[in-house]
Amino acid sequence: MTARPNPRLAADALIWLLLLTAPFWLNAVGGYTQLGSLVLVMALAATALNFLLGFTGVLSFGHAAFFGLGAYGAGLTIKYLVPSTLLGMLVGVAAAVAAAAIIGRLIVHLRGIYFAMVTIAFGQVFYFIAFRWNNVTGGDDGLSNWSRAPIDLGFARLDLPGSPTTFYYFVLFFFALSLAAMAWALRSPFGRTLLAIRENERRARFIGIPVDNHIWLSWLISCGLAGLAGALFALLNNFADPHDLRWDQSGEFVIMAVLGGMRSFWGPLVGAAIFVVLQDYVSTMTQNWMSFIGAFFVLIVLFFPDGVLGILRRA
Amino acid sequence: MSLLQVENVTKRFGNILAVDNVSLRVEAGELRAVIGPNGAGKTTFFNLISGFHKPDSGRIILENHDVTDLLSTQRVWRGLARTFQITEVFPRLTVRENIQISVEVASGFRLRMGLSRGERLEVQARVEELLEWSRLARNAGRAVGELSHGDQRTVEIMMALALNPRLLLLDEPTAGMGERETYEVAQLIRRLHREKTLAIVLIEHDMRLVLRMADRVMVLDRGGVLADGAPAEIVADETVQAAYLGKAAA
Repeated sequence: MTARPNPRLAADALIWLLLLTAPFWLNAVGGYTQLGSLVLVMALAATALNFLLGFTGVLSFGHAAFFGLGAYGAGLTIKYLVPSTLLGMLVGVAAAVAAAAIIGRLIVHLRGIYFAMVTIAFGQVFYFIAFRWNNVTGGDDGLSNWSRAPIDLGFARLDLPGSPTTFYYFVLFFFALSLAAMAWALRSPFGRTLLAIRENERRARFIGIPVDNHIWLSWLISCGLAGLAGALFALLNNFADPHDLRWDQSGEFVIMAVLGGMRSFWGPLVGAAIFVVLQDYVSTMTQNWMSFIGAFFVLIVLFFPDGVLGILRRA
Repeated sequence: MSLLQVENVTKRFGNILAVDNVSLRVEAGELRAVIGPNGAGKTTFFNLISGFHKPDSGRIILENHDVTDLLSTQRVWRGLARTFQITEVFPRLTVRENIQISVEVASGFRLRMGLSRGERLEVQARVEELLEWSRLARNAGRAVGELSHGDQRTVEIMMALALNPRLLLLDEPTAGMGERETYEVAQLIRRLHREKTLAIVLIEHDMRLVLRMADRVMVLDRGGVLADGAPAEIVADETVQAAYLGKAAA
């Protein structure tokens, strides 16, 4: 008897193989290693958002705030405190989690459009702080004149500033770790309570799930990982921009998740890859690159509500 | 002491008096029915007991604990489970997943990121037991939303049973069902009552079913209690006949 191939495992293996080998084939298809890193960073942010949106059923339009807190946390630490990449990332994630914990407690009882609107409002508060606090954040010019530092592991030295390929694998390591953690969580009893809340909040409540608390925990995980993505984004660019915190950046994360397929674990990665690559290529031809992405997004939402991965699955 | 004691609860929505000074006692293992015409306040009364609404006045005592100010989730933790008039399940998840989630929550695993092998086997055994007992095993791998109305209702009842409740509230469990499905759900409720020895409070419009199954019947009309007694007493009660049964008899 021959074992039947498992299409899901095969797809997982193919995705990881493509990600692991990306620096070796990206140039051949007209890309470059930093573009690969950017796809991973955006995919991490979109997957983090989708943990809340696709698997808990809660829409946030304010995730850029936590992405930006991660970016500024890392940048400010490296610029003003210690030139340590890992410590910068740690502070960035801690800032995002701390802010998410407080804001989450205030808004977690809201639902639907009310929750989404309040997340925009809170996100804009952080944007204006970064925009106005010139002395510390650099204001509209952003936080510059700092850069990611190499990491000494004892047995090896990671040349993050000098080697784009090393930095790509550095990002891939955190991307893989975060995705593994989210996948683990979603397959656990806690993850199943999130699916239960997404499916039917009233029933979830009446089987004894304290819904608000579980949404808060999901929000915390989601915002913390968005913060990690933000820290990696700042390290990628050696720069933190107040626009990283703005509501339109939050909208882009939502677009990536929906474009790829928010019911699917890999959907946001596919959405982020399409978004970033389209942005990179089309923006070299026209300033109106967003119109093309917008049109593509509208077509997908209208005709394939399960996103690009939904189309592939049907095929 | 009764399992459930509802003492003089009242609930208003604006100018409408939905439940007016209603009291009810349910003993362990008892099957109680609550009947009444549409708009009598039956579902609101259930919502008050289960914590969906808070009463304006009165007390609700479950197993000697005053639960009036507790949230619905906390009442579930104290042994109360309920179903709804419109079936409330997780439609895109499979039958097995629906019941598994209930079992895991009831086992105190809701915040766990993983289970030991022993815990996993324990959950699995309980899920299989419930699937077999309810005859849902043949549909265990199907999404609940694909099942018939009757089977969806069975899933909902089994999710409630998975919580190991002492008191189960069933809000019109046969609403919208054909004769065959009604019969099957009625059989399930009978088996629940007999084999699982839990107290059941049932809102039901099907009078034949109520009179055959219930130990006692409470009749609500315009938010207040019209009558309360054994099924034979309720059938013989003239005020009940005039307000409710008379219409059905005619």
